[in-house]
Amino acid sequence: MAPMASRTDEPLVLGIETSCDETGVGIVRGTTLLADAIASSVDEHARFGGVVPEVASRAHLEAMVPTIERALKEAGVTARDLDGISVTAGPGLAGALLVGVSAAKAYAYALGKPLYGVNHLASHICVDQLEHGKLPEPTMALLVSGGHSSLLLSSDITSDVRPMGATIDDAAGEAFDKIARVLNLGFPGGPVIDRYAREGDPNAITFPRGLTGPRDPAYDFSFSGLKTSVARWIEAKRNAGEDVPVRDVSASFQEAVVDVLTRKAVRACKDEGVDHLMIGGGVAANSRLRALAQERCEAAGIRLRVPRPKLCTDNGAMVAALGAEMVARNRSASDWDLSADSSLPVTDPHVPGQNPGHAPTHDHDHVHEISKDNLYS
Amino acid sequence: MLLLALDTATPAVTVALHDGATVLAESRQVDARRHGELLLPAVDRVLAEAGVKLDAVTAIVTGVGPGPYTGLRVGLMTAETFGSALGVPVHGVCTLDGLAYAAELDGDFVVATDARRKEVYWARYSGPRTRLTDPAVDRPAEIAEQVAGLPAVGAGALLYPDTFTDARGPEHVSAAALAALAAERLAAGQDLDPARPLYLRRPDAQVPKNYKVVTPK
Ligand SMILES: [Zn+2]
Repeated sequence: MAPMASRTDEPLVLGIETSCDETGVGIVRGTTLLADAIASSVDEHARFGGVVPEVASRAHLEAMVPTIERALKEAGVTARDLDGISVTAGPGLAGALLVGVSAAKAYAYALGKPLYGVNHLASHICVDQLEHGKLPEPTMALLVSGGHSSLLLSSDITSDVRPMGATIDDAAGEAFDKIARVLNLGFPGGPVIDRYAREGDPNAITFPRGLTGPRDPAYDFSFSGLKTSVARWIEAKRNAGEDVPVRDVSASFQEAVVDVLTRKAVRACKDEGVDHLMIGGGVAANSRLRALAQERCEAAGIRLRVPRPKLCTDNGAMVAALGAEMVARNRSASDWDLSADSSLPVTDPHVPGQNPGHAPTHDHDHVHEISKDNLYS
Repeated sequence: MLLLALDTATPAVTVALHDGATVLAESRQVDARRHGELLLPAVDRVLAEAGVKLDAVTAIVTGVGPGPYTGLRVGLMTAETFGSALGVPVHGVCTLDGLAYAAELDGDFVVATDARRKEVYWARYSGPRTRLTDPAVDRPAEIAEQVAGLPAVGAGALLYPDTFTDARGPEHVSAAALAALAAERLAAGQDLDPARPLYLRRPDAQVPKNYKVVTPK
């Protein structure tokens, strides 16, 4: 991170992320990270074994303004200097997204700055610009977390993101959480399984590799069968009164996940003639995923780009990075009636406005205005 | 004094501008599912109608509920962010108080809004400015005795005529009433509430007992 090196003619953007349980506010100038402030409600969810939407939404409301103020302080800029505000418009938890979108709209409006509602998945890809500079075009991206497992191909992160494949059931990170729960290792499961796996034998138990048959879709994933198979194996041990070898189970399960992920990602690169692969999302912090991806990319002549773990998990910097790219490439700003869209398609990197500039919209469908006189006298 | 008031705790998305003496402009749209989309354009319209810019506002007033959470948070988040960006105070007013004020009833009465799940958010009042009870969330039948015979204001009252036998409008809160009430209290040197949501219910979440065994029996 070298704030001093950033060029002042590059767009200065504040980005807000609230799609899940992290309240993230990041500030970037062009491709330079200036601040990455995060407030997480993960501890409040731990005892429920997963993110509780209402708990997350409440936490976002409380944390938002302090986190914005912290980010500005950290970046050493004032709100007036900003060239734009970007915010995750989707996909994600509807109520959680809505808190971030409300804050971003109010902030942009109060400061007279353009607003960019952007896609959470495209942001996960774009964040790599803060670590390794401009994204090569095209770039293949493997996004893996508790919420997503997708293989995406982008030739321009502000306008062209093409889905190659995705999970047909559980997300990869979800499988980590579930197996951690079966092993009584707590939530979230990713980091703890990674830790145990380092001391285990990845070849101790052969767990199934989902959707890797000759007639299976080449780039889609499935982790549900793997999850069931691992749980059954553990239960069999327990039912037989034997100890469960937690380290070997962790290593073998993890190996099955990362084997499929990297195999399919590298294959997609080869098939499409793409020589850059980026990996993002929380599971990108997994040490074995990084190592195996590195090994296989090297063998295939592919350049691997993986941001540092803090940029891989959900954060505001990634949203700011994509917002800055939107400004740099003159993409049209979003309208003031921007909505949070929990199922925003991955093919929409941002939600462009219908009107040039920021003219207020006059969409009164399904709305009845009440006249002034019978309201209040 | 130039107050920007807003409320999203009921199906109404409502915004008003008040100069301490009178309402300069207001907007009210009823759509329980589009608070997020409607609020900012409404603010923009109200300011344009009054011919002022947002940075002329001296304080923000927001309804703090009780009300359905997703919508409620839109107003609170917007108000709080405006306050931070403009450097002006953000005051909270109980949404039921706004309804009570607009009802202009003397004597004792009840305000009840729709809390969904067959419940109402409600409180008792004595005159337009005096709340007698803390806002609560209950099934109408369970509070029948406490509200028996009293005039009752709001969509929650209109929805359950068996309990609220003397139900009447206004149905939803108006930011104009909220602003007028806040202006009155501020002029009288009274403290307003902090801009914190009145949730009244805990989040729906259950601690999982154990993972589901997958081995067939
Ligand atoms: Zn994510």
